Amino acid sequence: MSSEHSPRLPERDRPWMMRTYAGHSTAKASNELYRRNLAKGQTGLSIAFDLPTQTGHDPDDELARGEVGKVGVPVCHRGDMEALMEGIPLNEMNTSMTINATAAWLLALYIVAAEEQGVGQEMLQGTTQNDILKEFLARGTYAFPPAPSMRLIADMIAYTVEHVPKWNPINICSYHLQEAGATPVQEIAYAMSNAIAVLDAARGRLGSPPTPRAQELMGDVFGRISFFVNAGVRFVEEHAKLRAMGILWEQLGRERYGVQDERHLRFRYGVQVNSLGLTEAQPENNVQRIVLESLAVTLGRDARARAIQLPAWNEALGLPRPWDQQWSLRIQQVLAYETDVLEYPDIFEGSKVMDGLVAELLDGARAEMAVVAEHGGAVEAVGYMKAALVDSHRERIHRIESGEQVVVGQNRFTESEASPLTAGAEGGILIVDPAVEAEQIEAVRAWRAAREEAAVDGALEELARVARSEDSSENLMVPTIAAARAGATTGEWARTLREVFGGYRAPTGVGEATPSGADEELSELREEVARLQEKLGRRPKILVGKPGLDGHSNGAEQIAVRARDAGMDVIYEGIRLTPAQIAASALQEGVHVIGLSILSGSHRELIPAVIDALRKAGVTAPVVVGGIIPEQDVALLKQAGVAAVYTPKDFDITRIVRDIVALVAERNSVPASV
Amino acid sequence: MSGAELGTRLREGDLSAAPATLNLLESTAPADREQAKALLGEVSPASLGGEAPGHIIGVTGPPGVGKSTLLSALLRAWRGTAHEVGGQGRTVAMLAVDPSSRRSGGSLLGDRVRIEFDPADSGVFIRSTAAGERLGGLARGTRAAAQALAAAFDVVVIETVGVGQAETEVADVADTVAVVVQPGSGDVLQFYKAGIMETPDVLVVTKADLGQIALRTRRDLNAALRSLGVNGPGSTRVLAVSSLPPAQGIEELVAALEEHREGLDVAGRRLKARRAGALLDFASENGERGMRAVGGRRAAERLLEEQDPTLDTAALVAVLEQNASERG
Repeated sequence: MSSEHSPRLPERDRPWMMRTYAGHSTAKASNELYRRNLAKGQTGLSIAFDLPTQTGHDPDDELARGEVGKVGVPVCHRGDMEALMEGIPLNEMNTSMTINATAAWLLALYIVAAEEQGVGQEMLQGTTQNDILKEFLARGTYAFPPAPSMRLIADMIAYTVEHVPKWNPINICSYHLQEAGATPVQEIAYAMSNAIAVLDAARGRLGSPPTPRAQELMGDVFGRISFFVNAGVRFVEEHAKLRAMGILWEQLGRERYGVQDERHLRFRYGVQVNSLGLTEAQPENNVQRIVLESLAVTLGRDARARAIQLPAWNEALGLPRPWDQQWSLRIQQVLAYETDVLEYPDIFEGSKVMDGLVAELLDGARAEMAVVAEHGGAVEAVGYMKAALVDSHRERIHRIESGEQVVVGQNRFTESEASPLTAGAEGGILIVDPAVEAEQIEAVRAWRAAREEAAVDGALEELARVARSEDSSENLMVPTIAAARAGATTGEWARTLREVFGGYRAPTGVGEATPSGADEELSELREEVARLQEKLGRRPKILVGKPGLDGHSNGAEQIAVRARDAGMDVIYEGIRLTPAQIAASALQEGVHVIGLSILSGSHRELIPAVIDALRKAGVTAPVVVGGIIPEQDVALLKQAGVAAVYTPKDFDITRIVRDIVALVAERNSVPASV
Repeated sequence: MSGAELGTRLREGDLSAAPATLNLLESTAPADREQAKALLGEVSPASLGGEAPGHIIGVTGPPGVGKSTLLSALLRAWRGTAHEVGGQGRTVAMLAVDPSSRRSGGSLLGDRVRIEFDPADSGVFIRSTAAGERLGGLARGTRAAAQALAAAFDVVVIETVGVGQAETEVADVADTVAVVVQPGSGDVLQFYKAGIMETPDVLVVTKADLGQIALRTRRDLNAALRSLGVNGPGSTRVLAVSSLPPAQGIEELVAALEEHREGLDVAGRRLKARRAGALLDFASENGERGMRAVGGRRAAERLLEEQDPTLDTAALVAVLEQNASERG
């Protein structure tokens, strides 16, 4: 059949790497899950760490309460990493770790675990996410201020380029920017600006003035930078976005960094498709969304993903079970092995529509990159970018609220038969055993008691010394690996660096957010707030807070901005608050109502703890909760004293704020307006 | 709880009365306003037998200058128990005035989280309040609260944002005003040189870790103050601090604030503050018409100067109102 003019490739392409973002409860339980996944045809690992591990806290830290083993696996020391990788040959495996602030530490643990298997670090393959700027912008698991965070990243790049040459030390993430509301143009522009900040910092670690050797290393560095992108359901434009990123990346390499080797200039990316667009209402619709989004990153050969992981259909409901994740893996396998996508050269080559879309996105992205550059680069522009994202997200929500943007099953075609998928006792999600946390606390205490304390102290002292050093030839990876070997814990490593670098809170972006346009509904609400203010004597005041370590602040930010636009005084404190902090703020600020947001699944422990702290402080104001709260937990929260619970299906934010205003009126015995 | 009870608790040093005090003083409901007068009466110089002992400090500066980090460092120094090095064991109340726009009437008050403190520490009280109607202005509740809290807390900080108008407003209630600038703040320097701004009691140059630029800024500010003839003993001090670890200059700043207060005629300054506050309150309640009814601003000032110096602000407002109705 094949001829000179065959449109087919001479040989079918090899499939992309298939992963599942997984991990929960304990290292041992996660190891079993990984081995089962690999047996099902998964070709790489993608480790989900729990929030204490991601933010540098041990399980027995106050802030870790309720979060241990929830959204991922706790890895506290080399023993945990060894258990996690037991029976998985690390010389063959390609492992992606979603780890950022503590990436250097987790890579060090991985290197030490490999040593135990007799595998040298030069053999290791995989990726540490390690993109701290997007943590400040969107995801919230940062640990240190921007400057030392950039230094940690630069040190890791400099170290891996020489000693772990097959490792991707950083995955520049545009993924989370889209989750935070970025438009395609913003996603491209901020990711590229972010890459520039990282590459500039890395160049600084390679020695100046640039020697020929440094220039050669710069090529290696550029070639090792990969991206982690998102793909939404508008999959044609999303594909164009990836083509545009490829063009910008190559241009950046040639023009800014003098890279010439074609292999180094290739835009390499992994992907997790969009979670923001997944709905709680009629969750089965998410399956087709995920399939279509997968097309964005596989259809065109010139911009095809190197590695794919797909979310599960029930992400907006809670944590997915192994079976849910298997379904997502099977989507990839059908696409790769049953369809013909891998049989052709680039199918969009020569398409005027595709070229036009790409050109449009490139123009927009270049203009936005220039704005970031004017702010002094991505590190300096975090506040600007954050505010822009909060604005974009607000506009997106507004389009959904008004029905301009259709979300099937949520704001249109909402009539539905009862779903058999969510009918089970657990509502079709994974419930992490609450006993896990206590076990992990016991385990880390036993680990500390059994190790050689002097060796750990010495290693941490050396870590602190290097952290304080201003000599750019001193690389933090060296004492980090030594501390991992000595048996230090995640919390100890991070605390040592916090003491040197100082703590940090990222900008919330809400203060700068532009006011909502005054639609009729909002105007009515403002009048109601004004009426309430008259009766109360003070402007209705709300505290919006995120207890625990969960950094997903988009929802809380949107509530805060809308409450302000409705005329309320809003105390917004951002992420990572202890129950005691929330109680102190509520008391001292004299708020009329408290709104708490949790998406990490720790609401069962944290919400009652916050309410307890509030009542002990003498605060009687009502509490409302928003987040990913499974149906069966709503009653539990109400029993604990929560006045109302909002979940992703409550997408109309003005209505939520109106409810809250009515609640304040009711609790203060202000009769409803007629 | 009644206003009088709250006032009594403050007078007796009960810090836990602070949240309810603020709720009351911020309220515009007529019944609350009566209770607020009773509260303020209980902490007036007449009831206290002298001025409220707390040190009222205004801290102001443009956004991004590092005020929150500086206040965290100051808080640590003030709160630190007496046996810690430099620790003072003093109780602190902070009123953080947020300038956020009130286009919708609402506001986003997000700054308190940037001030680090132990939430279990009952010796610290932080309250965010929206600014008054005028740019850089203080809401009436904030001025009254500063005076009331000074009866119970050792230190009362009013934090405002901006340079220029804001510090004049703060100067009306604070014993000591500190303006915070960052290295390279040439514009601030120009304001002082041109005499547009009154010079504060203490000028703080932050980010001293930036080295040469910070030192140069400090030198320039000193030179500018000398040329204005306000550089000498008892006048504006200029200090360079770094709030990031390792912190520098914080102890010196604490000492400089303290020295200013020791050299101050507290009674005189507080009396001035009460009179200025009464004028503002009267004007905002009664408008220009009210002011004309007492014979204009100068006449009002003279009338206030004739009153018993231990009267509190509310009592002074009452004097003006009575005078206005008698003349009217």
